[in-house]
Amino acid sequence: MKSLGNIRRSFAPWTDPDAKPFITFRNVTKRFGDFTAVDDLTLNIYHREFFALLGASGCGKSTLLRMLAGFERPTSGEIILDGQDIAGIPPYKRPVNMMFQSYALFPHMTVESNIGFGLRQDGMPKNQIAERVAQMLKLVKLEKFAKRKPHQLSGGQRQRVALARSLAKRPKVLLLDEPLGALDKKLREETQFELMDLQQELGLTFVVVTHDQEEAMTMADRIAVMSHGKVIQVATPAEIYEAPNSRFVADFIGDVNILDGKVSASGNGKIELATSDGFTVRTAAGHAPAAGSAAGFAIRPEKLKVTRAAPVDASVNAAEGEIWDIGYLGDMTVFYVKLGSGKVVKASMLNAQREVEDPIAYDEKVWVSFGETAGVVLKD
Amino acid sequence: MNTWSRFNIVSVVLGFAFLYLPIVLLVIFSFNESKLVTVWAGFSTRWYVSLFNNQGLMDAAWVTIRVALLSATVATVLGTMAALALTRYTRFRGRLLFSGMVYAPLVMPEVITGLSLLLLFVAIGFDRGFVTVMLAHITFSMCFVTVVVQSRLLSFDRSIEEAAMDLGATPVKTFFEVTLPVIAPAVLSGWMLALTLSLDDLVIASFTSGPGATTLPMKIYSQVRLGVTPEINAACTLLIGLVAIGVLIASLMTKRREVQRQRDEQAAFAGR
Amino acid sequence: MTKLGSAIFSRLVIIIPYAWLLFFFLIPFFIVFRISLSTTAIAQPPYEPVFALADGLSGLLAKIGQFSFDNYVWLTEDALYLNAYLSSLWIAGVSTLITLLIGYPIAYGMAQAPRTLRPTLLMLVILPFWTSFLIRVYAWIAILKPEGLLNQFLIGIGIIDTPLIIMNTNWAIYIGIVYSYLPFMVLPLYSALEKMDNTLIEAAQDLGCPQISAFWKVTFPLSIPGIVAGCMLVFIPAVGEFVIPDLLGGSQTLMIGKTLWNEFNANRDWPVSAAVATILLLILVVPIVFFQNAQAKAEEQGR
Repeated sequence: MKSLGNIRRSFAPWTDPDAKPFITFRNVTKRFGDFTAVDDLTLNIYHREFFALLGASGCGKSTLLRMLAGFERPTSGEIILDGQDIAGIPPYKRPVNMMFQSYALFPHMTVESNIGFGLRQDGMPKNQIAERVAQMLKLVKLEKFAKRKPHQLSGGQRQRVALARSLAKRPKVLLLDEPLGALDKKLREETQFELMDLQQELGLTFVVVTHDQEEAMTMADRIAVMSHGKVIQVATPAEIYEAPNSRFVADFIGDVNILDGKVSASGNGKIELATSDGFTVRTAAGHAPAAGSAAGFAIRPEKLKVTRAAPVDASVNAAEGEIWDIGYLGDMTVFYVKLGSGKVVKASMLNAQREVEDPIAYDEKVWVSFGETAGVVLKD
Repeated sequence: MNTWSRFNIVSVVLGFAFLYLPIVLLVIFSFNESKLVTVWAGFSTRWYVSLFNNQGLMDAAWVTIRVALLSATVATVLGTMAALALTRYTRFRGRLLFSGMVYAPLVMPEVITGLSLLLLFVAIGFDRGFVTVMLAHITFSMCFVTVVVQSRLLSFDRSIEEAAMDLGATPVKTFFEVTLPVIAPAVLSGWMLALTLSLDDLVIASFTSGPGATTLPMKIYSQVRLGVTPEINAACTLLIGLVAIGVLIASLMTKRREVQRQRDEQAAFAGR
Repeated sequence: MTKLGSAIFSRLVIIIPYAWLLFFFLIPFFIVFRISLSTTAIAQPPYEPVFALADGLSGLLAKIGQFSFDNYVWLTEDALYLNAYLSSLWIAGVSTLITLLIGYPIAYGMAQAPRTLRPTLLMLVILPFWTSFLIRVYAWIAILKPEGLLNQFLIGIGIIDTPLIIMNTNWAIYIGIVYSYLPFMVLPLYSALEKMDNTLIEAAQDLGCPQISAFWKVTFPLSIPGIVAGCMLVFIPAVGEFVIPDLLGGSQTLMIGKTLWNEFNANRDWPVSAAVATILLLILVVPIVFFQNAQAKAEEQGR
């Protein structure tokens, strides 16, 4: 069976029509004055899912999260958690907990009492609190820091305290607002995997808000790409990358070349596009726009081949151009090829060998080509 | 979630009513026809007329203004220096004592400051009068200037000074051409604060003043002790009016600068 | 040249204000202490011994021999002074507490106000400070008098039949101190509450804490530095307050600032007033050091 990219685990309740969503946003709108932060949004999140809300700042993703936590009330629409409409429930009674972007650790309390705070609110007996706190400290590997105050911790340690604090109450859903935003790159990568392991281990539903696409791609089961208060696409990371449904998503996630053209033939699951850049594109297509309509074709740089020799069939999916610029990145080399039309496309090639005989150089005439399943026709 | 609840609004409104009501009443009753301050008998400006014919009050006002202008200016220079010393030179011998001497006058009861300065002037055989009041006012108001300027200096981006020196400006030049213009608003508000403190002071002036250097608060005080008079209400109203005009001008200037800055930014943005 | 100029500049910036404060602030305290050890004389200045350059070293030593702690003994023997100290501390303490109770909701309300409104509110708190202290105290006389505006109002709306006697009582002093020092309480409280991270409150609520309890568990403990600063700014000057008890208090009201003033101006007893001042200073040293530590900490955090 073919699949898009490699699927991490066989967990896909969203493909099962009988599965009941754990969290549902139904026609949710949130306005602040005359600014619409979330616009008639409908979204399902499933139990034990690691779900990411991805978008640029101001796209409404944080507002969505804050509505789930109870800090904002939707202007209209309903939010259902585990079969219950939670609109009227104040934040302190909701079975969800949030890890704040700033961590929001109480500066006047030790690590221990920060983690135990939520449990104390529930009136849990002291010995049980101590037990749970110890367990949480162990979970985030901070046993030695129990008595410290937040300002005596490093950024990474603070992040783990915040995590432990929000997990201590065993919430049904953990909300994470840019959980790794304040960490440096290396720590961020390590922590991503820690978070994923933790989510698997505890069997919780995670909803994470991030503007970092790599973070979302690495961690999430599914990603909702948001823009201007609307969800543009909800899909697995692989689908989002390999089969973006729109120009916005294609452009937002990773690098992409977009070729514009007119549909010249369509049928049999195949489609032909005549582009203005010298390419005649023939590709497999999931949907079939009518012949004569305008369409965009998205193709990722790593799926373009750059060769000196013309491909066997140069009449489709190939065009001639000239090397405009070369960027050496270590693991790969990026070629910017200027096509006959003046458009510059980006192609990246893995540097599988340490030494290359007679490498492609500046100003050389080259061919750019790709296979029939390498790109995707965009819906808009 | 950040809601301005009814409780918040009520407490702010009541608080401001408490702060302003006495002053408003005082102003209203300065226009009272009756000599009895608390019984309204019709609108009149007669007390303002009699105020301006009161030579003693006018002389005292003149002394007060001169003392305030001179002492505020010197206090601003000294206070700014002290603020620089405290923020820029974190290590020097006696810094602890220095910062102690800067903060202590902020809370020191006036009777103590006044008495100790008086005894100093007597001990060194300095005749009390205009100059001694001025010296006393400089001493206690410079500390207020220091606190105001210091808080500005702490939020100051040092890299612009480093940039100036990197471009060849000497530290002295850097101070006058870069630092001072940036902290100027704080220095100015420090000066205004020193000015009002001096205009306002009764206790310290009473201790350190001598013959011929009676200040307005001293004059007002000696009359107030004899009872509330509409003439004093009128004098107070004039002082309040002066301050109100000053504050209004200052805030209008800030506002205009702010609006101008925003307009400039928008223009710069559009021009891109 | 540059280096030299810079060195001189930095030296001057430190030395000039330092020397000024040493001479006009610190040294006078030693003089106060010295005079508190002298005895009253009918002379100009009205105390002895008086040092003169002509005395030489032996004369100086002889005169130091004349120093005595008689004035301090006198202060302990006369109950008036002890009562004045105690009642000053009591009045200042009560007033500080009332100021805190009134000031906290105001500061909290201001900190919760819409962001655009806050500068205006801040300005409105500072504004009364620019009008004369004397005037503000004076304004209350007309309000609190038995035939004053407050009583006219209360009788007018029928709450009371006979005028309340507030003027010339300790209540008038409390009102005067609370009124005059309220901005000093509100400002540090406001700056502590205003910079409070709102997400901390949200975090507390998220973890199951209702709004009011979140206030007591998070907001209030975090505003303690502001409370300390505000209370010190009110308490310390209030202990030595002179104008308010003199104008609003009665003849039976004892406050040390007033006692000192009377001792000095009416009785012309300089050595005793110096002794009164020295003791007052000693009493206030602890809160003043407390205040300075708070200031230094704030300075440290601002860095």
